[in-house]
Amino acid sequence: MYFKFDERTPLYLQIADQIESAILKGIYKKGQQIPSTTEISKEYRINPATVLKGMNILVEKNLIEKKRGLGMFVTQNSQDEILEDRQATFYQDYVLKTVEVAKELNLSLEELQELIERGYQND
Amino acid sequence: MTEIIINNIQKNYKDKKVLKHISTKFEPGKIYGLLGRNGAGKSTLMNLISNREFPTSGEMTINGETVTENEKSQAHIYLSSEKNYFSKDFKVKKIFKSAESFYGEFDWDLATKMIDRFGLDINSKIGGLSTGYNSITKLIIALCLPVDFIFLDEPILGLDANHRDLFYEFLMETYATRPRTFVIATHIIEEMEKIFEHIILIKNGEIIDDGDVEDLLNSSVMLEGDSEKIAAIEDNFNVFYKHSFTGISKLYVKNKVDEAQLPEGISVNKLNLQEYFVGRTN
Repeated sequence: MYFKFDERTPLYLQIADQIESAILKGIYKKGQQIPSTTEISKEYRINPATVLKGMNILVEKNLIEKKRGLGMFVTQNSQDEILEDRQATFYQDYVLKTVEVAKELNLSLEELQELIERGYQND
Repeated sequence: MTEIIINNIQKNYKDKKVLKHISTKFEPGKIYGLLGRNGAGKSTLMNLISNREFPTSGEMTINGETVTENEKSQAHIYLSSEKNYFSKDFKVKKIFKSAESFYGEFDWDLATKMIDRFGLDINSKIGGLSTGYNSITKLIIALCLPVDFIFLDEPILGLDANHRDLFYEFLMETYATRPRTFVIATHIIEEMEKIFEHIILIKNGEIIDDGDVEDLLNSSVMLEGDSEKIAAIEDNFNVFYKHSFTGISKLYVKNKVDEAQLPEGISVNKLNLQEYFVGRTN
């Protein structure tokens, strides 16, 4: 897992978000254990209370589950749910922002569409 | 559970009021950042709690018992500060052993790990250590003693970036193994923001903020935009800091702000702890 933090979002939300990303990418697969609060706290020098707060968001969303005495594990449908969730917010999170920047740069809709096609093919 | 309660403490040096009606508490198992500019009173407060100085008035208790001139209370507390209280001719390992005999226990497993990873020569005399290794020696003592309240006054003085990072790692490790209260006074706010759970901010001898990091940072935002636009809305907010540069102004406000209700061109930004600190103490 690789954490990159920004200063403009509350830290516990970033922790939840980054673990979600790791599950989405399949770094932690269903039924697998994710790193413990202590491990994340020590590795990234973050107060464990903050890490726990982030973990609890994922527990509430049923994306990870606690097994007593063992640790936190990825739930069965976790990856699919994260995918659905992120697809649903994609427009809000990325498309609107992209269009806004495109307008600032005087790019027409056709030009933007062309660029998106180019980006899609490139990959 | 044990907690330290500070009730209306005053400290005067002759006519100068260094601390004015300070009231707060230190809860068990939390990491506190004690922040303030030079001369704000951070060290004085720590010295009072650990009996290196005595308050002019007010009271401090731990478990309901006074902290002042009370050996039983002081056994729960350790202060590591810039001042050295041991002879310069003592070797590092002798300092560790005397700390052990004074407090009854010493975590030699952790100490050995720290000595090894910091590369500290325990046969050096204290007087011969660099500022950095002097700090490292004190950090090892602080982390290895069996106390519930550890006060660290500028703990990372003279430590290079690698050693500071190593200290944060050990701090998180020992805190997880044995949760206890750390109160850390430092000017290196940016690096320690993620480690603190709670902040006590002192300005001119008074506590101006006392709360969880997340809550403090949620209480305020920075508005940024064209100086004229900012000037037009300034009066609607509880402004605690303003900075302008080439026609752009930044306004730090203690309000919850909805960007949608502001004129176009003004952005709402979250403050980090360092920015918040600078704004609050300027």
